[in-house]
Amino acid sequence: MNYLEFEKPLAEIEGKAEELRAMGRSNEAMDVGPEALALDRKAATLLTDIYAKLTPWQKCQVARHPDRPHCKDYIEQLFTDYTPLAGDRNFADDHAVMGGMARFHDRPVMVIGHEKGHDTNSRIERNFGMARPEGYRKAIRLMDLADRFNLPVVTLVDTPGAFPGKGAEERGQSEAIARSTQKCLTIGVPLVSVIIGEGGSGGAVAFATANRLAMLEHSIYSVISPEGCASILWKDAEKMREAAEALRLTAQDLRELGVADQVIAEPVGGAHRHRDTVIPAVGEAIAQMLVELAGLDRAALISDRRRKYLAIGSKGLAA
Amino acid sequence: MNWISNYVRPKINSLFSRREVPENLWTKCPECGTMLFHRELKDNLNVCTSCDHHMALSPRERFADLFDGGIFTEVAVPEPLADPLHFRDQKRYPDRLKAAQKSTGEYGAMLVAEGEMARTPIVAAAQDFAFMGGSMGMFVGNAIVAAAERAVALRRPLILFSAAGGARMQEGILSLMQMPRTTVAVEMLREARLPYIVVLTHPTTGGVTASYAMLGDIQIAEPNALICFAGPRVIEQTIREKLPEGFQRAEYLLDHGMLDRVTHRKQLRDELIAITRLLLGLPPAVKGELPPPDQPILTAIQSQPAAGPAQ
Repeated sequence: MNYLEFEKPLAEIEGKAEELRAMGRSNEAMDVGPEALALDRKAATLLTDIYAKLTPWQKCQVARHPDRPHCKDYIEQLFTDYTPLAGDRNFADDHAVMGGMARFHDRPVMVIGHEKGHDTNSRIERNFGMARPEGYRKAIRLMDLADRFNLPVVTLVDTPGAFPGKGAEERGQSEAIARSTQKCLTIGVPLVSVIIGEGGSGGAVAFATANRLAMLEHSIYSVISPEGCASILWKDAEKMREAAEALRLTAQDLRELGVADQVIAEPVGGAHRHRDTVIPAVGEAIAQMLVELAGLDRAALISDRRRKYLAIGSKGLAA
Repeated sequence: MNWISNYVRPKINSLFSRREVPENLWTKCPECGTMLFHRELKDNLNVCTSCDHHMALSPRERFADLFDGGIFTEVAVPEPLADPLHFRDQKRYPDRLKAAQKSTGEYGAMLVAEGEMARTPIVAAAQDFAFMGGSMGMFVGNAIVAAAERAVALRRPLILFSAAGGARMQEGILSLMQMPRTTVAVEMLREARLPYIVVLTHPTTGGVTASYAMLGDIQIAEPNALICFAGPRVIEQTIREKLPEGFQRAEYLLDHGMLDRVTHRKQLRDELIAITRLLLGLPPAVKGELPPPDQPILTAIQSQPAAGPAQ
């Protein structure tokens, strides 16, 4: 278990309980049961307290938690017959973006998402979920394919943002993101999206411009990272707490602003402690969003998306 | 904004605008440091006479040069919510907005206008870098949607001049949502089969580049304009190496296939006229002096007779 900085007190208690139990195992005569149980209870209360009032900055950390289920985990558990497709047919295959055809509740769909990786090697291979132009162009190709063969598109968003690299810029990162957003808006099949972790800026928009957008309770979606915003507006990258607060990037605020259509609850302790319940909950949300769009024809799906985005900004947040 | 800015000629309007008053008769070129006399600079379309650096033009200056006789009618932009997130960094967002409005004399970071360019009816939109770095927030989004809707209603091409540091952080996610919103606007033009021409000016970066500024049917840039998604400083910090000379400048993008043309400001108007007329299937524009354009709304206000087309 990786503990976040604000979970340190919890780590201490859980560590003590573990120590006690280890002692009990090595010395059969000693009964540590009641004490260990008391510590467990204390830990559970503390966890509830911590997660009941997560600050926006803490939510950012939960959203970025290394143990949080990633795109690959969702695809493996929620989809069958997953057939990965690769490449943008121009330059390369971007491993930060995975996608392909699959069955969701037996129905053929196209699934596309950012994958961050789960250990050092896979993180490097996946470029920490930061796509290059090839990634967006692969997504465009897959969405086109889905459009031609009438497959609903499911996107899973989890990216710190586009990759700020020399090659990515030379190969037209901005154009690739713009075209991917455009593709999202023009396909004549249902497009549903879930932000499962980080929705970082343009890299997220390129996938999340959907008919319906769900967000996990502790996921974020923002125009800029709190660190980036702090260094520009506060001239001090250490002011990320203030920036996270001001940016209103939490799922709850985005629901109120009409950017997210629904918030998927995470059990106390966050998705990284409860993979077994969170992944099926995301599956249910996807199923429900697809059902909502089932009756719409191509033109209605396209105009539904347009109306949705043109209307965003008509309401603000309460002071 | 109000009836004055909507219907009164820009020259009269400029009497009310603070920006037109030269506080200093000399401007220092930010590129080569040469001191330039303001009138000489203005005659040269704000291009440095010594190093050819293309300095910023306000949307009104841009339109005065673009439209026949400097005559245009503003297209109203729906007013967005003022401060939807109650954003506060070191200053309150409404205070920053007010300061920008005061210093530029404009309501927001984009101006939309309709008029004629060598008798070619167009709609034009220009981003104002002087207004909070031209940043794309809800006002800019509304302006682009309004420009596209107007162009579709009048069946005219849209010419857009971009200039921005990126998204308006003080509007948080709502500024990010201008990426899909402005893309919807571009789609309206595509569907109506109307030309959408983007002129990228220095600098155009961030979310602006990753949406409407890169989706033009024709992509033109002014010389040496910085055009990118991630800025050079961010990239240098990430990859920890020096970037090549001219990286992310207009000519570099042209070499990498991201633009159709890099055009000097002095040739830009003629080029835009030629391109729009080619795409619209119109005969070539008549060269030389033309009688003043016939704009009933303007003759009604009894303004001074309009000059011939610029150049």
